[in-house]
Amino acid sequence: MKHKLAVTVENTPGVLSRVSGLFSRRGYNIDSLVVSDTEDPTVSRMTIVVRGDEVTIEQVTKQLHKLIDVIKVNDITHEDIVERQLLMIRVSCDHETRGEIKTLMDIFHARIIDVGRRSMIIEATGDDDKIDAIIKTLRPFGVQEIVKTGVSALVRSPKEK
Amino acid sequence: MLSCLEKQGVDLVFGLPGGAVIPLYDRLKNFELKHILMRHEQGAVHAADGYARATGKVGVCFATSGPGAANMMTGLGTAAMDSIPLVMISGQVARSLLGKDSFQEAYVTGMSDAVTKNSVMVTDAKQIPQVIADAFLIASSGRPGPVLVDIPKDVFQQNVENINLDAEPRERYRRKLKNSVITREQIRKVRFMLNEAKKPLIIIGGGVNTTDSVRKNILQVVRTLDVPISQTLMANGVIPDDDPHFVGMVGMHGTTDGNYAIQNCDLLLAVGMRFDDRVTSDTKRFSTKSKKIHVDIDSSEIGKNVQVDLPIVGDAEEFFELLANDCEDETLDHSAWRQEIADHYRPLRHGDAKTLPPMELYGVINDAIDENTIVVTDVGQHQMWAALFLHPKGPRRFITSGGLGTMGYGLPAAIGAQFGKRKDKVFLITGDGSFQMNLQELCIIKEFNVPVKILLMNNGYLGMVRQWQEMFNNANYAATTLDVGPDWEKLAAAYDIPYHCIEHLDDAKEKLPALLNSDGPEFIDCRINKFSNVYPMIPAGSSLDEIVGEFEDEA
Repeated sequence: MKHKLAVTVENTPGVLSRVSGLFSRRGYNIDSLVVSDTEDPTVSRMTIVVRGDEVTIEQVTKQLHKLIDVIKVNDITHEDIVERQLLMIRVSCDHETRGEIKTLMDIFHARIIDVGRRSMIIEATGDDDKIDAIIKTLRPFGVQEIVKTGVSALVRSPKEK
Repeated sequence: MLSCLEKQGVDLVFGLPGGAVIPLYDRLKNFELKHILMRHEQGAVHAADGYARATGKVGVCFATSGPGAANMMTGLGTAAMDSIPLVMISGQVARSLLGKDSFQEAYVTGMSDAVTKNSVMVTDAKQIPQVIADAFLIASSGRPGPVLVDIPKDVFQQNVENINLDAEPRERYRRKLKNSVITREQIRKVRFMLNEAKKPLIIIGGGVNTTDSVRKNILQVVRTLDVPISQTLMANGVIPDDDPHFVGMVGMHGTTDGNYAIQNCDLLLAVGMRFDDRVTSDTKRFSTKSKKIHVDIDSSEIGKNVQVDLPIVGDAEEFFELLANDCEDETLDHSAWRQEIADHYRPLRHGDAKTLPPMELYGVINDAIDENTIVVTDVGQHQMWAALFLHPKGPRRFITSGGLGTMGYGLPAAIGAQFGKRKDKVFLITGDGSFQMNLQELCIIKEFNVPVKILLMNNGYLGMVRQWQEMFNNANYAATTLDVGPDWEKLAAAYDIPYHCIEHLDDAKEKLPALLNSDGPEFIDCRINKFSNVYPMIPAGSSLDEIVGEFEDEA
């Protein structure tokens, strides 16, 4: 099953290669790894989506935690989280299908950000399910190129009682 | 840099200079710490490792940029696998030349990622006190390991004023590496499980191969609770082999009684070991009847290879101290279980005394081992014979490359150990294959008259590989024959080391006792039987019950 790990790391030059090296070295299956700077310039945040059973995920977590540059590892899979990724997709179109695609994309609150004679680029953000649904919807029109940013996630704020 | 090292208590460094570290070497003359010029960087890193294992201190080595640092990678991996604290300082090309494929440039921090606990490049001389303080903390705390510090040449040459040399390690590292505390509740559970068990077994690993006090505590636990105890390769010497509770080594070349005990116990208390595949063989068929307690300082080792019933993350030494205090006035009787194990001990057949059979030869060597003897090995058949037939008397007295299995480790590690423990006797058990991988370091023996006793197990083969080829590849000895070797006598003479040839057992009995007690170095060429195999053996992937050997009862 897919697990989402929220990892805070020191913002050092080698940290990304160290983390990705750990995954390839120990044969863990990584779906996506997103890294960016944070509110604290000395700290970066990674959201890692990794596949494996509970035992594997426990190992991944512990091995990550062993890296000196890693500050904190949280498995947020079962937490109440907000997750998003950005999708950009180039889909084939002509004067007949253009309108239909637009209508469909409105349902998803996706935006058309570039239009050419034979194709257009659509932008969407959402969680995995939504992104998959958009791609599936567009497939019959002819998908030419896809780029995704990978999942970023934050745990939701505690609600007032 | 050198001041910072001295502040860490470093008095000895092993290294080899080059362009990028000339500025560092230039200042050595102003410091008390001594530098031993090794003849190859791999020799330097292994020597620092041998020094660390023998003394318990952090080993330090220097290398230059590019090939110098690259040559140390094997040594870092060796130390990482066996959890040995090292700090390696490498020179790097000047900052302006970085990333331009400059002369002797290598991406050393990247290269070393997989074989170090941490690696950093210093980009400003002001960082040095902090980086060195951190490096020593990281190398020596928690589960120890090697740390690499890479320093560009121009950083060495940078002028820094008002630099505070008394940096403290970073608080975050301190917290991160702090050992988790073992609770009373955990000890109570261990005691409960031990008391419930009918057939308990303790197995210890490299994590307890540290101090005499941990040895004392282990013996106290074992004797008051009457529990049999076995060891992995890395713990050889911790338990006296003549203690009635000792059941030998477990694993691929474990003893028949040791492997019987582990396969048939109902409680396995594993401390400071990591269920390596050479210990467990097929994990699905490993010790299936037992509940398992695993004590290790590294939480990622728990549940990695074998699932356990009671995990305890903590220091092995502390664990035995708490357990020993807890069972002071308890006495249990497991004599029936111990007898059952003893009944499964199968002695090996003796070899022909007119030749030089390894087991008997090792018996003669073993007789020369006392409390002040350190045994260092290389890797291969001779190493496993040493593990089976040599019994050093205490912790830190058996030094071997266990996890990585690095041939060529022995000679430099023996030199490092001897520099660390000048008054002790150091026996190097090596093979004609391993020895040729780092024999340039003989020069250090000559230069400092290092009194290491080199026992070369000479069989004209890469013996362990040959044994596997014999057993599993229809005796197709592909590329394992070493029948063209150096003239060993001339080789020893070239380095002014006295040479002796031992050809049969009587020879050994007659000559070895005096040679192993001499004041200087000796080169002892033991012409062991070419086709002797290491037994007992569990073929890789089998269960620990499937033991192969040349046993007396099969003769």
